[in-house]
Amino acid sequence: MTLKLVIRRLLFLVLVVWAASTIVFFIPRLSSRNALRERFGELARTGGFSPADLEKILASMQQQFGLDQPLYQQYWHFLGHILRMDFGYSLYRYPTTVAELIAQSLPWTIGLLLVTTILSFIIGNLLGAVAAWPRAPGWLRAFATPFILLTGVPPVIMAILLLFFIGFRLQWLPLGGAYSAGVVPSFTLDFALDLLQHQVLPALALIFGSVGGWVLSMRGMGVTIQGEDYVNFAEHKGLTGGRIFRDYYLRNALLPQVTALALAPAAIVTSAIIVEGLFGLPGIGSALNLAIRANDFPTIYGIVLFITIAVAVLMTVVEFLYPLLDPRVRNS
Amino acid sequence: MTIATLSPSAERGIERPGSLVLVLRYLRRNKGLAFGVLILLGLAAFTVIGLMTVDPKHAYPLSAAAKKPPSLKYPFGTDFFGRDLFAAMVVGMWQTAFIGFVAGGLGTLIGVVLGFISAYFGGWTDAAIRTVCQVLTPIPVLLIQVVIAGSLDKRDVTILTMALIVVLLAWMGPTLVIRAQVLTMKERQFVAVAKLSGVSDLGIIFKEILPCLLPFIAAAFVAQVFSAVFASFYLAVLGLGPLREPLLGNLIWAAQSQGAFFNGWWWWPIIPAVAMILILGSLALINMGLDELANPRVRRTE
Repeated sequence: MTLKLVIRRLLFLVLVVWAASTIVFFIPRLSSRNALRERFGELARTGGFSPADLEKILASMQQQFGLDQPLYQQYWHFLGHILRMDFGYSLYRYPTTVAELIAQSLPWTIGLLLVTTILSFIIGNLLGAVAAWPRAPGWLRAFATPFILLTGVPPVIMAILLLFFIGFRLQWLPLGGAYSAGVVPSFTLDFALDLLQHQVLPALALIFGSVGGWVLSMRGMGVTIQGEDYVNFAEHKGLTGGRIFRDYYLRNALLPQVTALALAPAAIVTSAIIVEGLFGLPGIGSALNLAIRANDFPTIYGIVLFITIAVAVLMTVVEFLYPLLDPRVRNS
Repeated sequence: MTIATLSPSAERGIERPGSLVLVLRYLRRNKGLAFGVLILLGLAAFTVIGLMTVDPKHAYPLSAAAKKPPSLKYPFGTDFFGRDLFAAMVVGMWQTAFIGFVAGGLGTLIGVVLGFISAYFGGWTDAAIRTVCQVLTPIPVLLIQVVIAGSLDKRDVTILTMALIVVLLAWMGPTLVIRAQVLTMKERQFVAVAKLSGVSDLGIIFKEILPCLLPFIAAAFVAQVFSAVFASFYLAVLGLGPLREPLLGNLIWAAQSQGAFFNGWWWWPIIPAVAMILILGSLALINMGLDELANPRVRRTE
C-alpha cells in the first residue's frame, strides 16, 4: 500500500469524524429543547429552590458550558474538545464527565463485542463454507440451514426470544443484570462464574443474531469459488480434500468476508448497544439507555460521538490490515 | 427480451399465458419470494381485518383489564397499562407499515433522483454526491437518529416524525446502487443510439434507462422499507418513539421497563417480538427474491 493511499484513508477518517461531530453539534441547537432548563427545572421542583435562584443557576451553568458564546466559537471549541476526547460533563451525574462514564462502561462492551463478533464470524464462515462444499457430509451441510433462517431475526428480537425460552421458561440462566443481586463484586471464582453466567444470554443473542448473515454470504462465495480454475487444478494435482478446502477454497472465499467485516462495525455496535440495554448489562448501551431516560443530553451526544469515532477508526484499521491477508492488494 | 422481439411470427402460433400465470409460474421457481409475499399478505390481512373489527381505542392504555394472560376474550393478553395486545398489534402493525412505506418510499425516491443526477451528469455534481454518501455511510445511522429523536420535544414525536427521522439518513444506500446501475446503463448501445438520434436528456432518462432499472428500484425500495422498519423499531426499543402509540418497539420498551419477564408477564414482550420476526422475515425473503429477479447472474450460480 502506498503512502498516498494511507494519507487518503486518514483524510477520509478525519472527514467522517468531522461530519459526525458537525451533525451532533448542530441538531440539538436546531431544537427548541433546553437541556439545562429541563434538568434544573426538575431539580427545582424536587429540591424547592426559588425561581429567581433557578435563573441565576441557569445563567452560571450556561457560562460554564460555554453556551453564552457566539455559535461559531462554540462550534470551534466543540471540535477542539472532540480532538481531545473531551465530551463535557454529564448533566444527570453532574461532576462526572462523559469521558469518565464512557471509560467505566467501555470494558464491558468491548469484552462482549469482541467475543461475540469473533465467534459469530468464525462459526458463520465455517458453516457457510461447509454448506457450499460438495464433498462435505450431508448432515454437516444441513446443519447450516437453520442458521440461514435466522438471518431475518435481529439480535434484539433474538434476545427477547432467548430471555423467554432459556431465562423464563427453563430458568437456566438469569434474566438480566451484571451479577446476582446481593453478591459483592470480588476477585473470586464464584463471582467470576456468576458474572459469566449473566453474560451468556446477551452473547448468545448477538451471536445467533449475526451468524446467519455470515453463513449466507460465505455460502454464496463458496459456490462461486468452486468453479475457479485453481480449485480444479488443485484437484487434478491430487491434493487431499482437506488441503484444498483449507488453502484453496476457504482462504480465497474468506477475503471478501473480511471486507464485509470491516464494514460491519456500525451494525454490530448498534445491536450490541440495544441488547445491552435490554439485559441491563453495565456497558455503553446501558449508559446510553440511562442517559435517554434521564434526558442527559451531553452524555447522549458524547456516547454517540465516541462510538461513531470508534467505528470509523476501526474500519480504517481493518482496511490497513487487509493487505496483510491479500498478497494481490499488497503488490499492486 | 431480445428473443421475443426477434420472432413475433413464431409466437402467434403458441398460446401466450396470461401475465398472472407468468407471475405465478415465476413464484413457483422463486420460492423465497413466494413465501415472503405470502407472509406479508397474511400480515396485511390481519391488519386490515383487525382495523375493521377491533376498536383501535383498545390499543391505548386504560382501555382493558391490566396484566391478563392470553385468553378467549384477549387472545394476546393485556399489558401492565391496560392495553389489549390484540388491538395493539393491529394498530402497531398498521403504524409500522405506515413508517415503512413513507420512509422507504421517500428514501428510494431521493436515492433514485440523486443517483440519476450523479451518474448521468457526472463531473463535480457526481463527485459531491458520491463523497457525501461515502462520508455518511460509515456513521452508525441509528446513533444519529438517537440524537435527532432525543432532541425533539416529546410532543413532536409522532409516527410521521419517526418516518422522517428515519429517512433523513437512509437515502445513501439507494443513491449508490442506482448510481452504479445508471453508470453501466449509460454505456449501453441503445442509450448511445437514442442520444445520436437526438433524444433529450430527460427523454433518455425516463424512456430508455428508467424502465430497465425498475427491478433494481423495486429491490431498493424493499430494502429501504426493511431498514426503515428496523430503524424505527430500534429507536422505539430505546424509548425514543411516540410513547403512547402501540408501536411494536414501544411495547417491548415498556415491557422491559416494567420487568415483564421478572413478573411473569411473558406474553407482553413476546407477542410484538414474534410480529416483528414475521414482518422483517417476510421483507428479507422478498428482498432476496427480488435480488434474484434483478440479478439473473445470482440465479445462475445457485
